[in-house]
Amino acid sequence: MSSDRLFEVRNLKKYFRVGGGISAGRRRFLKAVDDVGFDIVRGETLGIVGESGCGKSTLGRTMIRLLEPTGGRVLFEGRDLASVSDRDLKPLRRRFQMIFQDPHSSLNPRMSVRRILEEPMVTHRVPRADRRKKVRELLDAVGMPADAAHRYPHEFSGGQRQRIGIARALALNPDFIIADEPVAALDVSIQAQIINLMMDLQKEFNLTYLLIAHDLSVVEYVSDRVGVMYLGKLVELTDRDTLYREPLHPYTQTLLKAIPVPDPERSRERVTLKGEVPDPVHPPAGCRFHTRCPFAEERCRREEPAFREVGPGHHAACHFAEKFARADA
Amino acid sequence: MNDQNTILRVEDLRVRFRTRRGDVRAVDGVNLELNRGEILGLVGESGCGKSVTAQAVMRLIGDGRGEEVSGRVELDGEDLLQKSEKEMTKLRGRRISMIFQDPMTSLNPVYTVGNQIAEVPLLHEKVTRRDAYARAVGMLETVGIPSPKERARRFPHEFSGGMRQRSVIAMSLCCKPEVLIADEPTTALDVTIQAQILDLLQDLRRDFGTAIILITHDLGVVAEVCDRVAIMYAGGIVEQAPAGELFRKPRHPYTQGLLASLPKIGDRGILKAIEGRPPDLMNLPEGCRFAPRCPHAFGKCSEYPPLERVAEEHDAACWLEKKHE
Repeated sequence: MSSDRLFEVRNLKKYFRVGGGISAGRRRFLKAVDDVGFDIVRGETLGIVGESGCGKSTLGRTMIRLLEPTGGRVLFEGRDLASVSDRDLKPLRRRFQMIFQDPHSSLNPRMSVRRILEEPMVTHRVPRADRRKKVRELLDAVGMPADAAHRYPHEFSGGQRQRIGIARALALNPDFIIADEPVAALDVSIQAQIINLMMDLQKEFNLTYLLIAHDLSVVEYVSDRVGVMYLGKLVELTDRDTLYREPLHPYTQTLLKAIPVPDPERSRERVTLKGEVPDPVHPPAGCRFHTRCPFAEERCRREEPAFREVGPGHHAACHFAEKFARADA
Repeated sequence: MNDQNTILRVEDLRVRFRTRRGDVRAVDGVNLELNRGEILGLVGESGCGKSVTAQAVMRLIGDGRGEEVSGRVELDGEDLLQKSEKEMTKLRGRRISMIFQDPMTSLNPVYTVGNQIAEVPLLHEKVTRRDAYARAVGMLETVGIPSPKERARRFPHEFSGGMRQRSVIAMSLCCKPEVLIADEPTTALDVTIQAQILDLLQDLRRDFGTAIILITHDLGVVAEVCDRVAIMYAGGIVEQAPAGELFRKPRHPYTQGLLASLPKIGDRGILKAIEGRPPDLMNLPEGCRFAPRCPHAFGKCSEYPPLERVAEEHDAACWLEKKHE
């Protein structure tokens, strides 16, 4: 069973120092990821949702050590990535790749598509003849014509560029791909093409995805399990159906109700959250959501709720999660 | 609809940009009617001309070199395209306002928020500076900014994205215009803040009676707040209908494709993407612009389909409607 776990994230923390200059007394920390723990099972898609600034992108980058973690452990097939040396990290790096949001800034405009796709293989010393062959395979896999290889990024539309970005991520036959808002910059009709492509590739190459997005309908469509983040904390994590049917954390509940649904006849029972996300440098004491939570009680202001299992495979960080379960059932 | 009910009428609006590589037909024969007090959604993908339409209506484009605007834009019967720049300055902000996607670029960073909102009544009405400022504070309260008196003394960079958009809305509605054009007002905001701004727009429509053109690419937003919807594709309107009707019975294959390509919560069927991509505005296809991507295209589609009535209050520009006649 444990061999099925590709990633085990434990108490992961990433703090950024802000302001204060060199005087230690005025130093403050932005706790972008603060004590987050979860597993990723081989072959699954784990979706991470949350509003801007909640730490979801930092979480992804810290997991694969594009950012150095401040604390905690990230076990990749049992090996702690947080403590492995740079030299030992390199062979591991080819096994996890990223797809970025903006297909305009993530491709070098001065490189041909061939060079863009070959670059990761050059870094990891793939022989030249194999690289050529691989470029053809990659273009074919993402539905691009073979003659795209000698053209440049500006010659392609946003959706096609995102296909090239995906092809690059596949160049080293990775096991794990972090897709950070892969369709947020694309038009809806193109979004669907890219989502379908990502799901086909997952089956074909047996990929494991971490999908970071703010669009809950995209995450619901693609993910097996979904985690919800708020101000650096994971507040709820469960399988997709349970999350959308019986969300237990009040933040998840309001987030789901805030999504505009393309169906004007749906009964409108939108509960609009009051106020805005607090300053992450000075998060509220106790439960971080209590300032906006419609159900907050005295205890929530004092005591930080533990991220605990409230149902089979269903974790939530709310003192009263069980109460909501009964109310919703 | 009788004429008295219509506050803004756009007739055969065309916008052409002359470039070295050729003419870009950004807007190509748009017809629209906006009724008093209604929210009309103008929907389309990037580059379809929805923002250019709005900017041409506001006369923000059309006077520059290489910009050609033709057609009619009637605000309560007066053609805005015939007005001088001086006359437009008197109209903008007083009778017709516009808000943009990025609230930060709409606010002047070196003036306090209160002072820049107060500029609007100062410009358009005979009021003292003190009264104008009091109006500004009142508007900030109306749009739901907490402790508005204190906030009015602050600068835009001290506001969050949601509060900036509220301030811009306060500014645009300070003189109670009859028409507000909101160009992707919630696209840069998070969903919970988006929900707040959409609620606010609906409240303001009710309280001020302002008719709103809401430009968006998000059909979810349209379903939440719009009374009627117009769908744009490659510079033209391809379908318009009351919101409920459009979602229930979309007639144009492009609208049908858009709706089918949306992931819906609770539904895991395969997403039906629209194959291909929108045409190059420099080389628009003859005939129907959607025909190259349309699964139902047939011989007649090589002619340009006019926007015609297909059901009560429902127009579509598609030859399929006549195929079986």
